[in-house]
Amino acid sequence: MRYISEFRDAALAHRLAKAIAAEARADREYHFMEFCGGHTHAIFRYGVQDLMPQNVQFVHGPGCPVCVLPVRRLDDAIELAECQDVILCTYGDMMRVPGTGRQSLIRAKAEGADIRMVYSTLDALKIARENPDREIVFFAIGFETTTPPTAVAIKQAEAEDLGNFSVFCNHVLTPPAIAHILDSPDFESGGPARVDGFLGPSHVSTVIGSKPYESTSCAYRKPVVIAGFEPLDVMQSVLMLVRQVNEDRAEVENEYTRVVRRDGNRKAQALMAEVLDVRESFEWRGLGDVPKSALRINDRHRAFDAENRFALTEKQSREVKSCECPAVLRGVKKPTECKLFGTVCTPDNPMGACMVSSEGACAAYWSYRRNRQAPASDAR
Amino acid sequence: MIDQVAVDMTHGGGGRAMADLISDLFIRHLGNPILARGDDGAVVDTPGARLVLSTDGHVVAPLFFPGGDIGVLSVHGTINDLAMMGARPVYMTAGFVLEEGFPLADLDRIVGSMGKAARAAGVQVVSGDTKVVEKGKGDGVFITTTGLGAVPDGVAISAAHARPGHAILLSGTIGDHGVAILSKRENLGFETDILSDTAALHGLVAAMVAAVPDIAVLRDPTRGGLAAALNEIAAASRVGMVLDEAAIPIRPDVAAACELLGLDPLNTANEGKLIAICPAERSGRLLEAMRSHPLGRAAAIIGTVTEDPATIVQMETSFGGARVVDWMSGEQLPRIC
Repeated sequence: MRYISEFRDAALAHRLAKAIAAEARADREYHFMEFCGGHTHAIFRYGVQDLMPQNVQFVHGPGCPVCVLPVRRLDDAIELAECQDVILCTYGDMMRVPGTGRQSLIRAKAEGADIRMVYSTLDALKIARENPDREIVFFAIGFETTTPPTAVAIKQAEAEDLGNFSVFCNHVLTPPAIAHILDSPDFESGGPARVDGFLGPSHVSTVIGSKPYESTSCAYRKPVVIAGFEPLDVMQSVLMLVRQVNEDRAEVENEYTRVVRRDGNRKAQALMAEVLDVRESFEWRGLGDVPKSALRINDRHRAFDAENRFALTEKQSREVKSCECPAVLRGVKKPTECKLFGTVCTPDNPMGACMVSSEGACAAYWSYRRNRQAPASDAR
Repeated sequence: MIDQVAVDMTHGGGGRAMADLISDLFIRHLGNPILARGDDGAVVDTPGARLVLSTDGHVVAPLFFPGGDIGVLSVHGTINDLAMMGARPVYMTAGFVLEEGFPLADLDRIVGSMGKAARAAGVQVVSGDTKVVEKGKGDGVFITTTGLGAVPDGVAISAAHARPGHAILLSGTIGDHGVAILSKRENLGFETDILSDTAALHGLVAAMVAAVPDIAVLRDPTRGGLAAALNEIAAASRVGMVLDEAAIPIRPDVAAACELLGLDPLNTANEGKLIAICPAERSGRLLEAMRSHPLGRAAAIIGTVTEDPATIVQMETSFGGARVVDWMSGEQLPRIC
């Protein structure tokens, strides 16, 4: 498969592995956080950790859009789906995530709610056109990658005067989350976790560019390398991070040059700015309230905001007790350190979002590595 | 473990939710030693003959897809379930649930393909049933077929017969059917030449059994794909497996479509492929027999059965690492980003 298999070449991987082993200094450890779940899964699916020297460790970050959505917002979405006349449109990944009392969208659907899985916001618009007597709510989640399509849908609905279409907006922003993690006491020296650099987001960066990470990298003295999602991208980026650490540099470098530019996609950014505002604060599962870390629909497009159109009730939302998703998302614990992992919590019977999502760290450990008694990456 | 109040879509996905529904509900009420074997068909000893019975319900959207339709699928599906027990299919029955308003021309086309497929396979459809439900209570047409086949003497094939050291063979490329179906889904249309691989496999099986009579396991990796079928065999035989990713045949366009949609070809459905497990010393002869048959031209040895009480299926990746090959939980869903 051209343009894909080149980035999965075993011979090149071994050359890179040798280079990393040669350049990583034996007298120190390297802890690199891969922000995105897409990286986590590439690392596990291809066995990249097996090719790393013992002292190069991956710390799994919160970049799984399904995982960071707090239970309260999922409970809200289930409530919306159960409203009279509503059709809730959602991306497939959300369907099986457990909310309060382990209710989920897929169960609400089985119990009668009209929930449709869509592949794009355009599908949701189509459903709105075909069902003028129904209220169509699009359950918008994700980082900057999935945000421009949401903005396009709102603009399109406005142009077509689709009065029965609205968006339950849960889009979140990457750079504030990285700064928030570095601010947390967990990552202070002597704290329970450590990070020496970041594998920067791939697809998010195609939209926002590499520039937004520069101030954080500089202020916190942490190198960032924007990395593609293929295994060779990950390995090349690790090598670049090792070099930065060895040379005591803290810069934003771009390994994913075939797609990412410093300024990103300006058209997409303009679309987002036209329709969406930054929220003062937003709750992330695991990270808590993070200032200026999410988007809401702006006043001009208020008519398309589901939070404005429907009166959502106050809820006593809660996570499953002793589920360690929050600590896993902060990079403080490995999935295998959770009491529920692999015993009561499996992909068939998930207790937390990280076990459900195809980008969740727990699902990656379970699906690809559960045969290892003591995975090398757990030696900390 | 069933702890919920209603059937949801995961119970039909061919993953573990479905396996749990079968073991916790169906087996609880209907269990008997034959059903408990968990095979694709039931071998029943009757005076003078060893017969195999198997039944299969068919729901597919869209009803017509590149390379086939629900009619041909309903014949091949049941024939293949019989063939996976080493049987020669003889008779079939068919039950139809039709939705009010369904175009008769479409029904004619579907039943026409069934007739053609059955004749080609030398199977007669000897009994049937038709029910009509009100508009909105069905999805066009559902077809359930039941097949009866005869097993030659000396053939003892079962998902529980895999032993450490056995070789694992696959008859051809994976994922063709699943991708062909997805390409025609209303909300996911994309241009492709990929056709469903739907085929009746009893001819291939007859050639294989003639070459290597002590084949231990046969399985067609349909819903849930290669990963689910191998995990089912591993669980039934209480063994592990090690696969070689580079040896698993896959068409480049299928691999590309799976990349694009974020699907794993190992979890993607097939309708004309089979997995065979046999003693290692006979794997060369079996491979040759498969490759000599038109439906096994791209056959390959893809791995080995190992001793493993945890019944884990592992794979050495082309990239040089190793990983577990898990079966899916519920339906395979395209990912967000």
